[in-house]
Amino acid sequence: MDFVQNFPAASILLCLFAGIISSGLKKKAARRVNTILILIVAFLSTCTLLYTMRTGEAFVYVMGRFPAPWGNEIRAGVLGPLVALFFCVIMLLSLEGGRKKLADEVEEEKTFLYYVLMDLLLASLLALIYTNDLFTAYVFVEINTIAACGLIMIRQNGRTIEAAARYMIMSLLGSGLLLMGICMLYDMTGHLLMSNIREQVIYLYAAGEYRIPLLVTIALMSVGLAIKSALFPFHAWLPDAYGYSTVSSAAILSSLVSKGYILLLIKIIYRVIGFDVFYNSRIIDVLFAFGLMGMIFGSFSAIRENDVRRMIAFSSVAQIGYIYMGIGMGTQAGMTASVFHILSHAATKSLLFIAAIGLTDVSGGSRKLVELTGAAYRNKWAGAAFTVGSLSMVGVPLFSGFISKLLFSQAAVQNGTKMLPALIVLGVSTILNAIYFMKTVIRIYTPVESGKYESISFNKMKLYCLTLVFFVVLNVILGVSSQPIVDLIEQGLVMFS
Amino acid sequence: MGANLFANYGEAVAMILFGIGFGNLLLQSNLIKKIIGLNIMDTAIYLFLAEKGYIAGRAAPIVKDGVQSMEVYINPIPSGLVLTGIVVSVSVSALMLSITIRLYRRYHTLDLDEISLRLKREGL
Repeated sequence: MDFVQNFPAASILLCLFAGIISSGLKKKAARRVNTILILIVAFLSTCTLLYTMRTGEAFVYVMGRFPAPWGNEIRAGVLGPLVALFFCVIMLLSLEGGRKKLADEVEEEKTFLYYVLMDLLLASLLALIYTNDLFTAYVFVEINTIAACGLIMIRQNGRTIEAAARYMIMSLLGSGLLLMGICMLYDMTGHLLMSNIREQVIYLYAAGEYRIPLLVTIALMSVGLAIKSALFPFHAWLPDAYGYSTVSSAAILSSLVSKGYILLLIKIIYRVIGFDVFYNSRIIDVLFAFGLMGMIFGSFSAIRENDVRRMIAFSSVAQIGYIYMGIGMGTQAGMTASVFHILSHAATKSLLFIAAIGLTDVSGGSRKLVELTGAAYRNKWAGAAFTVGSLSMVGVPLFSGFISKLLFSQAAVQNGTKMLPALIVLGVSTILNAIYFMKTVIRIYTPVESGKYESISFNKMKLYCLTLVFFVVLNVILGVSSQPIVDLIEQGLVMFS
Repeated sequence: MGANLFANYGEAVAMILFGIGFGNLLLQSNLIKKIIGLNIMDTAIYLFLAEKGYIAGRAAPIVKDGVQSMEVYINPIPSGLVLTGIVVSVSVSALMLSITIRLYRRYHTLDLDEISLRLKREGL
C-alpha cells in the first residue's frame, strides 16, 4: 500500500481532532488552527488527486483490521479528492471574506465555537465524500446537520433561531427517511458497505425479487436527501437560514453543505443502487420534474424579493433545481453537468454572498434593494465582484455559469424524451435569472447625487478585496479552462461505481 | 400478502409508528410536540431494525458457556446500528430542545407559526 492512501482517512481524523482541540482554545488560536487545518486538508487532497490521476483507478482503504464485508472502508477515486480540494478552497475564501462581519455579529467569547463548528463541518463533508459505508454516511450526515444548525444560530437574534429551528425540522424529516431507506436496504441485502450492497442489488434485480421494497428504498433515500439539500417543494427553510445568518455561514451553507448531500445522493446512485437500476425506477423522472419546477419557481420567488440576501438565497433554490435536473436526465452527460454545476455554483454563490455583504455595508447595513442604489460606486471592488457573480449566474461566456449551462443543454440534446422540457425550462430560467440579477446590477450602478452613505477605500479592506479577487479568478478558471475539469469529472464518475 | 402482514406484525407496527412520528414532526406547530414526533419516528426505525435482527429462539450475541456456534445467537449488527442511532437521536433531540428553550425565552410561546408571524410583524 502506498503512503498516499492514508491521506483521505488522515484528513477526516485531523479535522475531528482539530475540532476537539479548538474547543479548548482562545479565539485567535482556534482561528489559526482552522486556517492551518484547511490548508493541510487541501494539500492532502491535492496529493490524493495527483496519485489517483497517476494510477488511474480508485483505491480502497480499510479502516481498522476487519476486511471487506465486516469492516469499514474509505474509497477514493478522482472525483472525491477533486471535490474535497475545491470545498477547502471555497471554505477558506468564504471564511476570509466574512471575517470582519463575523467579529461584528458574533459575541467575542463565542467566536472560537464558530471555528469548532467549521472543523466538524469539514470533517463531515470529507467523510461524506470519501466513505464507502452507508451507515457511516448517515452518521456524518447528522453531524453535518448539527454543525450547519450551529452555523445558522451563532449569530443570535430571533430570526436566526427560528430559521435554525425550521432548518433542523426539515433536516430531521430528511434524515429520518434516509435512515429508514438505509435500514430497509440493509435488511434486503445484508450489507452496509456500498460495494457489497451493489452486488446484492444486482443479484436481486436480476432475480426479480423484492421489486417493490427496492423501489420504496430508492424513493426514501432520494426524497430524504432531496429534502436535506432543499430541492424545490422542500425549500421553505432556506431563505431565512441563508438570509439572516452571518455571511460566511450563508456562503458555506449554500455552497458546501447542500452540495455534500447531493454528492452523497450521486454516490448512492452509482455505488449502492447502480445507475441502471436507478434509471429503471421512476424516481428519476420525479427528481427531473421537481428540478424543473425548482428552476422556475425559485427564480420567480427571487424576482419578487426585495432583500438582496434573500434574493441570492432564492436563486440557490433555482440552482439546486438545475443540479437535480441534470441527475434526472439519467445520462452520463447529465450527471457530468450536474457535478460541474456543483463546483460552479459553489464558486459563484459564495462570491455573491460575500460581495453582497460589501454592498450592504456601504448602504447603512440595509439589505433592501432600494437602499443599494449606487452601492457599487461606494465599494468598487464588491460592486465589480457582484457583477461577475451575476454574469456567471446568468450564463455569460468567460465565467463558470456559462459552461454548466452549456453542459446541461448538451446533455439535454442527447436525451430524446426529456430534451424539449429541459431546453425550454433552461431558456426560461436563464431569462428569469437575467431579470433579477441584472436588475440588481443596474441598481447598484445607478449613480446617486448626494452622498447619503460614505464610500469605502481599498486600504480599509485589503483582505476582503483579495478574497474577492480570488473568487473571481476561480470563476474565470472554471469558465475558461473547463475542459480538464470536465474530463476529470467524467473519469471520476466512471471510477465512482 | 395479508398473511405476510400478520407474520411480520412488528415491522408493520414500526411503519405505522414511523408515519405517526413523521406526521407529527411535519405538521404540528407546537415545538415540543414536534420533538415528541421526532422521537417516535426515530424509535420506530429502531423497532424496525430490532424486529429484523431478531431470530426467534436465539440469544443475544454474547458468548455463553463457550458455545460459539452461529446457530445459537442473533445477528449483532442491527443492535449495533440501533445503539449508534440512539446516540444520534439523543444529541439531535437535545439540540432541538435547546433551540426551543431559546425561542420560548424570547417569545413566550411554543407555537412556531406564531413566532414566524411575530417575526414578520417585527420586520427584523
